[in-house]
Amino acid sequence: MKGKNALILLLIIAVICILCAVAYFGIGHKPAATDEATDGLAQQIEVVTNENGEVVTNEAGELETRIVDVETTTSDETTTTAESADSSTGLKTHDGYGSVFNIKQGLDLKGGVYIVYQAEKENPTDDEMAAAISMIQKRLDMNNWTEAECSREGVDKIRVEIPGVEDAESAVNEIGATAKLTFQDEDGNVLVDGANVTNATKQTDGSQIVVALEFDSTGRQAFADATSNNIGKVLYIMMDDTIISAPTVNTAITNGQAMITGNFTNEEAGELADMIRAGSLPFNLSVAEFNNVGARLGADSLSTTLFAGAIGVAAVFIFMLLVYRVAGFAADLALIIYTAIDLIIMSLFGVTLTLPGIAGVVLSIGMAVDANVLIFERVREELGEGKSIKNAFHNGFSRAMPAIIDSNVTTIIASAVLLWYGSGSVKGFAQTLIIGVILSMFTAIFVTRLIVEALIGVGIKNPKLYGAK
Amino acid sequence: MFIDVVKNRYIYIAISVIVILIGICFMVFNSITGKGAFNYDVQFIGGTSIEADLGQTFDNDEITQIVIDSTGDQAPQVQKIGDGTSVAIKTQKLEDDTRTALSDALVEKYGITEDSISVQEVSATLSKEMQKNALISVVLACVAMLIYVSIRFREFKTGASCIIALISDSLVVICTYAVFRVPMDSAFIAAVLTVLGYSINSSVVIFDRIRENKKTLGRTNYRDLVNHSVNQTFRRSIFTSATVFFTVICLYIFGVQSVKEFALPIAVGVVAGAYSSVFISANCWYILCTASKKK
Repeated sequence: MKGKNALILLLIIAVICILCAVAYFGIGHKPAATDEATDGLAQQIEVVTNENGEVVTNEAGELETRIVDVETTTSDETTTTAESADSSTGLKTHDGYGSVFNIKQGLDLKGGVYIVYQAEKENPTDDEMAAAISMIQKRLDMNNWTEAECSREGVDKIRVEIPGVEDAESAVNEIGATAKLTFQDEDGNVLVDGANVTNATKQTDGSQIVVALEFDSTGRQAFADATSNNIGKVLYIMMDDTIISAPTVNTAITNGQAMITGNFTNEEAGELADMIRAGSLPFNLSVAEFNNVGARLGADSLSTTLFAGAIGVAAVFIFMLLVYRVAGFAADLALIIYTAIDLIIMSLFGVTLTLPGIAGVVLSIGMAVDANVLIFERVREELGEGKSIKNAFHNGFSRAMPAIIDSNVTTIIASAVLLWYGSGSVKGFAQTLIIGVILSMFTAIFVTRLIVEALIGVGIKNPKLYGAK
Repeated sequence: MFIDVVKNRYIYIAISVIVILIGICFMVFNSITGKGAFNYDVQFIGGTSIEADLGQTFDNDEITQIVIDSTGDQAPQVQKIGDGTSVAIKTQKLEDDTRTALSDALVEKYGITEDSISVQEVSATLSKEMQKNALISVVLACVAMLIYVSIRFREFKTGASCIIALISDSLVVICTYAVFRVPMDSAFIAAVLTVLGYSINSSVVIFDRIRENKKTLGRTNYRDLVNHSVNQTFRRSIFTSATVFFTVICLYIFGVQSVKEFALPIAVGVVAGAYSSVFISANCWYILCTASKKK
């Protein structure tokens, strides 16, 4: 009997070591996302500076237009993003799955910009909102903000979070722009509307990579008129106020097929095609909320909050040891297991850790001992009635159960409401709290029981060691 | 040690009422003197808020002047936060270029970089919605818990008693915001709901004991039911509140500004919750039960 229980204790210690190792190092290796981001940015600068494009018709597969203009309107903005992306690399040292270092950090911890856009339209439909979100997502991707996230909030709002970006103004402008594709003449008259473009695809034309456009019948007619009226002049292809391409028209194009050429790489052409296909937003967006957190402020918050949390948890550990002795020791072991699993779950399931989120984790550790305190107090009463250690724990666990379940359910109800109604960092708090409460029920009840019974099994049976009077 | 909780029931209730009244006095006094009942954050009333770590001591008036010069807002709120080298500035909602002008001015004046500055801006419509959501979520949580507790204990009086305790807890938390001028932002909802979710635990544990004790003490022996159940669970109520209080107070002492602001109301709420569970909820149940028996 003793041998079996000693084995259980050894196993538990082994499990604790393994869990802690996993929580620290993680399992396997995740491809580093930050490198990609920097590559992407270098590429992006190239796109912007190479914005001299040309339109060709493919009637005879020949080039019929010439490069006219070089426009580098947005290169300033892109360089700033490039710099800030470098500084956002953060403290990733262990990159395995499940490692604490892999827990997604909210903007309040790592710095960045979040913007809540409001649709300037009464009661937008789900389809319109979905279209707007996928559109914004595409724009985020186009800016190589690969870690950026975009989600619907409430009925008519869209929350965009871009970590590691500090030039908020340009971010706001680029994402919220209506992205209307137009073809304009030299005087700025809109000749063809992007809404008449039915498809845009990346194609290879000889050795060149081009973006081919297809028009609907209205667009085909308009494009034919536009080209025949502007022979020898420049035709501007605009995305909002940005010139994507400015070719000179050599002949009228009547078959409704056009290509945008430039020194595109494969990806660039694909992105441009996506952008045109995504078309314009179904409504205007206004900025309802805007938050920009400096990266250094965020890093400060993380370290001090973690420190504060560690002290608080240490206090709980010592308290349990002092009051409940051996049983407290068992509860502390269970708490370590709980904390490790909690962190691993957060890392694996991509829960975003925010400042209130850390508070949620710390709070849930404080609450996790609640179940243990309930049980141990019950045990103490049973011991006071002169029951044996074994029976006292048996009764203590089963009698405390209804109270544990009821009290946890009420906490879950409150967190669920918070998850439903809260936004941003408050949601993070609700998430960590719910995970914590559910998980702590498991560790406090089953794991503690296993440890306590094993400890009794190896012969630690003096009631005084379990907090009895 | 045996506390006769029922005997002093009206004193306990009076203490709660007095604490809440003090808080309400603060609200009234502050709104009369023009500071507003609460220290509303921009998330609740709209506007722009800027936090900057200047890395040096500074003069509030100097900052106020910079804000007036670069934004034209004549009445910005400037406040020292953290260790005294950080500043929080609140203004009406700024345009993009004035906001940039302000952060540029701060960068130039104090030789800091952009990454030491945080900006938050909220429109008036969103802040109205935030206020509405705060109210709805607290009411919704209370109703959901009332239903759950009533079903679990097959008795509406138990649910009602828990809710009375909960309402007093949320009022205490709200008073904390008023008395200590804690900025009221989105974390406010989180603080209130956490306290509610946590405080009801203790009430539920006590009522669970009452349910159990009915077998030995008799169903209608209300006075003994309450007194015994509260005393049997007293150590547990104090200890679990103590552990949560430890952790939250550590967050308050060592945490950064925004965590402090969040931890203080929760810390106060945890104490209030322990008090209301032990002294209010069971007594309310006693009062409700004896009142309906007399009829």
